[in-house]
Amino acid sequence: MSWLISTLNSQVLRSQFGASDPISVILNLLFYVIFIAFIFYGQRIQLYVMLREVESSLYKLKFIKDEGRKVAIETIKEIGKPTTDPTARVDRFLEYFTIGPQNLDPAGIVWKLEHILDVRDVRLKDEVKMMAPVADETQANNLENTLEAAMALNYIYKVIRHFYLLGKKTLSLYIIMQIQMLLPLIMREAEAYASALKAFAFGEPIGDGAGALVAGRLMHGYEITKVQKDCVVATVPIEGRTAFVIKAEGPGGNVGKPGDAIEHVVNETKGKIATIIMIDAAAKLEGEEVGEVAEGIGAAIGGPGVDQFKIEESILKYHIPINAIIVKEDIGDAVSPMRKEIFDAVDKAIERIKQVLLERTKEGDTVIIAGVGNSIGIGQ
Amino acid sequence: MSQEKKSSTQATRMSSVVLLIIFITLALALTALILAAQFSSDLFVAGWLALIGIAGIVLSVYVILQMRRHGSHPNIEAPPIMTTIECKKDGYKNVREFKRGDYIFKEVEPCPKCNEKMMITAIYREVKEKDKEKERSRV
Repeated sequence: MSWLISTLNSQVLRSQFGASDPISVILNLLFYVIFIAFIFYGQRIQLYVMLREVESSLYKLKFIKDEGRKVAIETIKEIGKPTTDPTARVDRFLEYFTIGPQNLDPAGIVWKLEHILDVRDVRLKDEVKMMAPVADETQANNLENTLEAAMALNYIYKVIRHFYLLGKKTLSLYIIMQIQMLLPLIMREAEAYASALKAFAFGEPIGDGAGALVAGRLMHGYEITKVQKDCVVATVPIEGRTAFVIKAEGPGGNVGKPGDAIEHVVNETKGKIATIIMIDAAAKLEGEEVGEVAEGIGAAIGGPGVDQFKIEESILKYHIPINAIIVKEDIGDAVSPMRKEIFDAVDKAIERIKQVLLERTKEGDTVIIAGVGNSIGIGQ
Repeated sequence: MSQEKKSSTQATRMSSVVLLIIFITLALALTALILAAQFSSDLFVAGWLALIGIAGIVLSVYVILQMRRHGSHPNIEAPPIMTTIECKKDGYKNVREFKRGDYIFKEVEPCPKCNEKMMITAIYREVKEKDKEKERSRV
């Protein structure tokens, strides 16, 4: 210690650093060391800070993913009463993947995509039946949705882990930087799926079901017919018009194929439809209120695009005008249990439908009202 | 599985490096404090050394607390879901917690007033005012 003090007090050292006291020598030395270290290792230090951030998010993602797997297995055991332990089958299910059609020649790609999605749907349903033999149709649909949410969480975790490990291996700032910059959005999505898991497991209505709830309200109490695929339709008198109200069959977790259902009704009526009104939940921009209702033109439907394509083909054939009413919500609200604001927006959406009917159609006209979205927890 | 193990090993190694840096900073901070005591005759030097020592200790404690926070599990809490049951005949309304098997338009127990079958008319979750304010403040 005395050596350190005498060194700091030495005149030579003081003159070297242009300082008059030991503390200035220390500070100057420290400054030079930090300065040189940052010149050579600045980017490396930045990289480690980013890696650390990604690592802590990865840790959270792993926890969420494991929770998802646990919830899925517990729900299968509780509802499906399997004779053997479903853990291995669930793990296999989580790794399931789908290869999209080749798009070098895009002609006819929609039908190829539809076929692949149908095969996937049948395969997943079969897997769920094997995992949960006692589950009824509603429960099986809910289980399928639960497993799909767990699958999404597993995929998000694996992608982030891939970029984290790749960044560590290559020590590339740009690989780590791109994942670190996207992390807040990815984490929001993962948290949304985590809350969706419990909603699906318990069969609670989710925000995405806003459109289905609007249709359910309109058709409740009227005779209901099943149409292709997994959809229901009811003929409802509304404001002096005849409306074919369509929704996915509930209360199981199911989005159906509204494209097929609309096509079916349009063909049945030989295109004598005054207008089509589609109601769906749509992503809101930051700053917009949850449950805001907006009106526009076009086929309000998400997903891979097959249903939107079919609806557009049908309306083009008979030149049917199409209107859209959307209930705004963010990704988190769309897959988590339905918020009261979204539930309250259903009445506003029905009012808008009536307004559109009065303004855009005549008394005695026939119209189609399609409520798009997941029918989980929503009957008809 | 081996990749996961590798990842966790790397994470441990990373934490070890951070811990080593923290200990070096702590040791330097303590040295600065001891030096401050040695220079008690020169108040200016002693003051500066004490400041560096305290800053080093505060920084180390802050980094340790940050590490603990990063290591904690995320809280995935299930919000309470409410089910509204209504009697169409006399307007009797009952709001209770959601039960597995509930769905909108489901016919449930008979009305305690008129004995008609009641129906579930709403299932929703209410977001706390505090969370709504947080959403608005994001603007």
